[in-house]
Amino acid sequence: MEINRLQDEIVEEFELFDQWMDKYEYIIDLGKKLPLIDSTFKDEQHLIPGCQSQVWLHAEMQEGRVNFTADSDAVITKGIIALLVRVLSGQKPEEIATSDLYFIDRIGLKEHLSPTRSNGLVSMVGQLKTIGKNLSKAH
Amino acid sequence: MNKALAPKVESTKFDAEAIRKDFPILQREVNGRPLIYLDNGATAQKPKSVIDTIDRYYRDQNSNIHRGVHHLSQLATQAYEDARETVRLFINADHDYEVLFTRGTTDSINLVASSWGRRFLEPGDEVVISTMEHHSNIVPWQMICDERKAILKVIPIHESGELDMAAFQSLLGDRTRMVAIAHVSNSLGTINPVEDVIRMSHKHGALVLLDGAQCVPHMRVDVKALDVDFYAFSGHKIFGPTGVGILYGKEDLLNNMPPYQGGGDMIKKVTFEKTTYNTLPHKFEAGTPNIVGGIGLAAAIDYVSQFEPRALADHEQDLLDYATEKLQQIPGLKIIGTAEHKASVISFIIEGQHPFDIGTLLDQQGIAVRTGHHCTQPLMDYYHIPGTVRASFAMYNTRADVDVLVAALKRALEMLS
Repeated sequence: MEINRLQDEIVEEFELFDQWMDKYEYIIDLGKKLPLIDSTFKDEQHLIPGCQSQVWLHAEMQEGRVNFTADSDAVITKGIIALLVRVLSGQKPEEIATSDLYFIDRIGLKEHLSPTRSNGLVSMVGQLKTIGKNLSKAH
Repeated sequence: MNKALAPKVESTKFDAEAIRKDFPILQREVNGRPLIYLDNGATAQKPKSVIDTIDRYYRDQNSNIHRGVHHLSQLATQAYEDARETVRLFINADHDYEVLFTRGTTDSINLVASSWGRRFLEPGDEVVISTMEHHSNIVPWQMICDERKAILKVIPIHESGELDMAAFQSLLGDRTRMVAIAHVSNSLGTINPVEDVIRMSHKHGALVLLDGAQCVPHMRVDVKALDVDFYAFSGHKIFGPTGVGILYGKEDLLNNMPPYQGGGDMIKKVTFEKTTYNTLPHKFEAGTPNIVGGIGLAAAIDYVSQFEPRALADHEQDLLDYATEKLQQIPGLKIIGTAEHKASVISFIIEGQHPFDIGTLLDQQGIAVRTGHHCTQPLMDYYHIPGTVRASFAMYNTRADVDVLVAALKRALEMLS
């Protein structure tokens, strides 16, 4: 499965960092580089509210695969989004729906995907899977 | 407080380094660094005497109260009622039955809004709150005003985070029934001029409820000297357990209010036709209460009471001044809430940075701060910001904690730039 191959790739990359600072600097860098979501999609409809940081998510189907773009007002959240985009964007809807995103845990960012962080990421992953599920039924 | 339950604490001079040793959690590490706990506004840590009291209660005294004739039930009842007396003395209430145990500040405010509001608020009556209120002192009033067709009015604030007292004066009128404000703002640290608020409100025949959640850990409150009608606070913010809080209310007011919830302990006699209610304070304490919570809260009050209030206040003022000075040296940092009278709470934002990112990078360095809107969204809207980073200090914090915070903040900013 393509999704797992990409996840393993990220896990391997993160193994190079033995300092928390290096890891976070990398995430911050990713966050800064992430292409911004098309501004027309940065609206209420695409907003996933979080108590701490907010996320905007847009997904569309292209040739049987889901492409998505996302953004956040916090750069660390955005960096983690960049990793999620890398793993999930361009994949088949049914694979997104059934994916097990173990890489987050393995690279030591599990707390960012816990509901207590309330940074919009948990809801974003949930929404992505729902989109995957709905699209796989439709096609 | 029952001698059998309360650990004996000798009166000592204020010494933050020594105090730290009383708090087991402050010895632990977070992310490989010594914990620097600066989220006391959210909840304070517990001294060993409180932990031991809770432990001892479950080991030696656990029983239901106000019911059994057996020995343990009497022990537990005595300890719980002694705890009420400890709280009464702490806030200088006239009677122990004016001190109600609740689940916390939120529960206390809901009790008043619901019970007093249903009986006394008429359509067109007015309730006054302020811009800086915690959601717990906004939503219960919105709910009851909606139900009773009453009007909710909001005191504006100045940029400094102080109440606009002239505007408050003009909001007071013939229909003002209740003024509910924070004694100390959780987001800004502002200590409100509650004596003036109470005097002005009473002149218009309005009652005053003070949300004291952020006040009691920092300074002594005398409900009688204040002449306040209702005073609410939480156990866990004053070094006690979670799930327990206090509502103080004046006897006459409480007697005229209907019960808040129905159930055991709050009744005198129940038949299917009619139930008569118990007297104060039990009328408002339906069901088996948080017994160990009440006893633990009394242990916390005993703990805090050993310190001379002036010495504690001086220590916290020093921390506030020191932190304010150090933080202000960081380029782009802006302190939100610059009132003349503040508790040891500092909210800040940094130009171009999101509070969540700052909080995350501080956490990696073992520092606990709060980020976000602090349950005061209307206040954040007033400042046009999504939230702040908030460092809130307690008596066990030291200047060294501030130094670590400032160094960690500088490091975070280097990483983010």
